[in-house]
Formats: sequence, C-alpha cells, structure tokens
Amino acid sequence: MPPVIDREKCTACGACAEYCAEDVFFGSESGSIPQVTYPEFCAHCSCCVYVCPEKAIWLRIPLPMQLLYKNPGG
Amino acid sequence: MKKSIQTDVLCIGAGIAGLMAGIRAAEKGAKVILVEKGHALHSGRGRGGNDHFWCYIPEVHGQDLDLFMKECLKTPKLKTMQSGTASRVLRAFLAKSFDIVKLWDGWGIPMRYQGRWEFAGHSFPGDVLTHLKYEGRDQKKVLIQKAREVGAEIVNRAMVVDLLKDRGRIVGAAAIDTREDALMVIEAKAVVLGTGCLDRLYPPPTPAWMPSIPGNLTLTGDGRAMAYRAGADLVSPEMPKRHVGPRYFSRFGQATWVGVLRDPSGKPIGPYVTTPNRVYGDMTPEVKGIYLEEFLKTGKGPVYMDCRGISKEDYDYMMHWMWHEGNAPLLDHMKEEGIDIRKHPVEFQTYHIIPEGKIWIDEKGETSLPGLYSAGDESMGGISCAATYGWIAGENAADYAREVSLPGGDAGKEEIETVEKTIRDLTSRREGPDWKEANIALQQLMQDYAGAVRSESMLTAGLEYLQRMRKKAEESMIARNRWELTRCLETLNLLELGELVFLGAGARKESRGLHVRADFPLTDPVLDGKEIFVRKTDGRPVVTAKKA
Repeated sequence: MPPVIDREKCTACGACAEYCAEDVFFGSESGSIPQVTYPEFCAHCSCCVYVCPEKAIWLRIPLPMQLLYKNPGG
Repeated sequence: MKKSIQTDVLCIGAGIAGLMAGIRAAEKGAKVILVEKGHALHSGRGRGGNDHFWCYIPEVHGQDLDLFMKECLKTPKLKTMQSGTASRVLRAFLAKSFDIVKLWDGWGIPMRYQGRWEFAGHSFPGDVLTHLKYEGRDQKKVLIQKAREVGAEIVNRAMVVDLLKDRGRIVGAAAIDTREDALMVIEAKAVVLGTGCLDRLYPPPTPAWMPSIPGNLTLTGDGRAMAYRAGADLVSPEMPKRHVGPRYFSRFGQATWVGVLRDPSGKPIGPYVTTPNRVYGDMTPEVKGIYLEEFLKTGKGPVYMDCRGISKEDYDYMMHWMWHEGNAPLLDHMKEEGIDIRKHPVEFQTYHIIPEGKIWIDEKGETSLPGLYSAGDESMGGISCAATYGWIAGENAADYAREVSLPGGDAGKEEIETVEKTIRDLTSRREGPDWKEANIALQQLMQDYAGAVRSESMLTAGLEYLQRMRKKAEESMIARNRWELTRCLETLNLLELGELVFLGAGARKESRGLHVRADFPLTDPVLDGKEIFVRKTDGRPVVTAKKA
C-alpha cells in the first residue's frame, strides 16, 4: 500500500513522517523506520518520495486509481 | 495539557493564503503565528506546485483594468462577481495581482518563462489571455522561508477547532495538537482564516477509495464551519463545482494538458480546438464541468485527452509545466506504466462535487465579523487569488490589530469549554462509529439528495435524514487516538457544512450553473448578481438572497 519504504535504504531520518500533510505515518517513532499507519488516507501527493534523501520511498498507485488509456498503435 | 499563546495576528492554515497573510502582517510589524493542521511545506491545494497565475499586467493587457475585468467575467464561474461588494473584491484582486507577481519573482518563485511574461491556458481561442505561466513547484518552500525571514512563527500539526469571541469580536482560537494530548488557546487581536477547500463532502470518483479525489483529504472547510458557528456570513454554500481530469487518478491541472478532448471515433467533444495547441488548451470542461459526465451517460464515451500529433517543442513545454503544476505523481506513474501521451490518449472524467460556498469578504478581506479576515479558496478560489487576498487580508489584519488590545479575562471561555467537552466525549467513548463511517454516511446523503439534480422533495427528505444522522454522529462518534480525533473534528465540520448545502439549495429556487433544480428548471433573472447568504442567528441558520 502507498507509500512503500525500502527498509534496506531507509536511514530512519524521519523526513517523510515530518512533512506528510495527511500524517499517514502517525505514531512513527523518531530514530526508527517510519510506519505507514494510515495507507488508505494517502493522497498520492508524493511529497515523501521527493523529500526522502535516500530515495527509499516508492509510491504504489492502488489498482482502483490506475490511469486508463488506449493504445491505438498496439 | 493546556497551553496559552498570545499574538497580534493569528493565521489559521499555512497554505498560500495563510503564508501570504502572515508575511504581510509580520512585515507591517505585527507578531504573527500561523497554525497549520498538517505541515506547512506540503499542505493546501498549492502544495505540489502550480503553473497558472491569473493576473492583470498592464504592459501585456493594456491600461484599461475595467476592460480586462469584463473579459475575465465571461468565465461562467465569475458570473456572480458582476456587481456589489463581490465586484469590488474582484477589481481589488486584479489591481494588486501584478504587484504579487513581482514580489514572488523577487523571492525566488520564477514568474517569467525565458525572460518574458508567458500567458497560456484557461482562455478561449482568440480571446484575451488571463493566466500567467509560472514555475510554482517550490512555491511553498519559498513562502515558508520568507515567512520565517520576516519573523512569522509557524506551528505545524495543530488543528484549530473553533474561534473565540468577545463582545461580538473575534479574539483568538482554540486548537488541538494533532499528535500529542494538548489544547492550545491562542489569544489574538485579529484572525485570518485560510483553511481552503471543501474536498471531502461528496463521494470521491471511486466511492470505496476516499483519496481518489484531485484535492486534499484534509481540506474539510474548517474555516467556513468555524466562521459560520461564530456568526459570520457565508455565501451560496449550495453552488457545486466540478473539475475534470484523468479518470480515477484524479488530479488538477486540466488546463496544463496540450491536447484535444475526443470521443472514441476521434471527434472533438467541444468546439474550441481540433489539434493540440500550447496556448489554448481544450476549454470545453471550463464552460461546463459536468459535460464529460453527461457525455458518458449518452453511451458515446469514453472521452479521451488526446495529445497525439503534438510537436516535440510543445511536448517538452507541456511536460515542463506538468512538473511545476504539481503533477509529479502522475508523471511518475506514466513512466512506470509506459504510458506516453504522444501515443496514448488518456481517459478523462468529471470529478465529484466540490461546493463553492464561501465566507463573505469585503475588499479588505474582512468578513462580516470584526477582527476576522479570510483569504484563499474558502473566500475566493485559486492560487493567485489566495496569494493576493492573503496579502491584502494580512495587511488589514495587522492594521486592525494595532488599534485593539487583547481581550484578557474570561474571553472565549464558553467556546473553550465546548471544545474541551467535544474532545472529551470523542476520546472517552469505547463503542461507536469512527470518523470514516460518519463521513461515508454523510457523503452518500449529499450525493443522493443534494447531488447533480435537486428538488424540493428530495432536499427536504435529505435534510431530515442528515440532521438525524448528524445528531447520532455527534452523540456516538469515537476517536481512538489524536489522528482519529483530528478526522472526527473535520467530520463534524463537514456535517455542519453539509446541512448548509441543503439549506442553500432549498432557498435557490432556480437552476443556475451546476445547481440544477428539477422543479425550477429556469434561471431566475431576479437572482442575477445575488447570492444566497447563510448566517447563524440565535443558534439557527437564517437564509436570505441578496447582493453579494
């Protein structure tokens, strides 16, 4: 569920948890890898993705929100 | 724990409006505190960026401001701003807008493209261009830096629950810490509201997935709700607005797309463009936001945003602005999925209803209550209006604050006790609906009884159901932690504002714009230039139609 944290790359700096407006990382403890407590409230603004100094966050777009397009060229 | 804070000017919400108000008030010498529910760096509609700034630049548009204003008033959404105070507000905005452009440019938000004022989008082919292209990706970062530079203090993670009143004047606010168990009582000589839109009142495009909205989940009309409770005038809470953009992956920025909206056979659905044009995007949805939804209902859909045939230069141009518009997540998703807009038409849709209702302000940004100012989407929508009216409201709030003193004593005691009781009730219950259950119940009533088509009988029934449900929610909602408490308090605001939509829609006995009454299909010329006003008097809403 969005956002997805790469636990290998994360240095637990807490930047994502600090800036998220929806506070989906609520309850995360400083010094630990943040927890995504409310993934269903993620607005997919990707602020955590861009604020992460280690590029350790990936935003998984949920299936109901995938972009719909047609592929006329095949 | 209860903390007491004193300040000259309190800004509620650190979006574009709040930050601009805070900067201006601090520059004028006021002690300023900005209280932000999330984090200022990524809150509000302007958080991801923006690329269109509506403004009047005399060297581009000519010296006649009134003529330019007349051109702007062609846009259907501005029809109510043709006369009265609303027209003076619009004029004051346009007159000041270029100053704000120059300020932002000087502060480090690039307002020029390749050294020139570049206008494109949001305009009809052949007509006057009203929107300046600007690189707004980092606008919030720049404004926060500026606010700190001039000494405005920003308090993040605090939700203002209600305003404090003393002898008819607004004298501060009570706020909760959204993470810790703490209440803040902020005494202020003047208050500027800038809490933004009302994005969570109607069901999202994907009913089971609340975040599938183009806006922000935490924008719940808090400013409107607390202004109403304090006795301020709200205008036309019933008027719906519908945005258009990629289906399900809901995003703003329709005017940044360089393409043509087409049906599956390739026929444009509107009359304005037939090939991708970087200056004039497809204006069809700006004439009528619900047009795409109606098109789908005829069975002739889907409707695609078709950018095929775009030149290399125009493609690079569009992608540059998509990034600044705040569409980074969309661009990333397209890259991951291999979606290339030069080859793949992307389906578009009409999004859910976002009520346009506003807090009434005069040309100084002051509401109908002394000491209370408002700016931004809750009183005049769009980034440029938020920036300009934030500035104006901040300036006037600082002037006002110089003339009055802090109330002291028991001022606001009643409001503080009510807030404390609400928090106690929500956090002490063990069984009951959580915020989401109440929010969904509200959304379904809004959609089914005050939705795209309205009528006396449906509105009457819906209001009765809503009032019953609201009472139940107020008496039984539970909050298991501070995060849920914040969502519960937002939901209580939504319930308040939902009721006002029903009242406004019932009073507007005509069809106008996207407010469609099955029982009053005609637009009533008597209501031209008028708005539906709602004010809480003696604990009850009083609804009147008068000049805005």
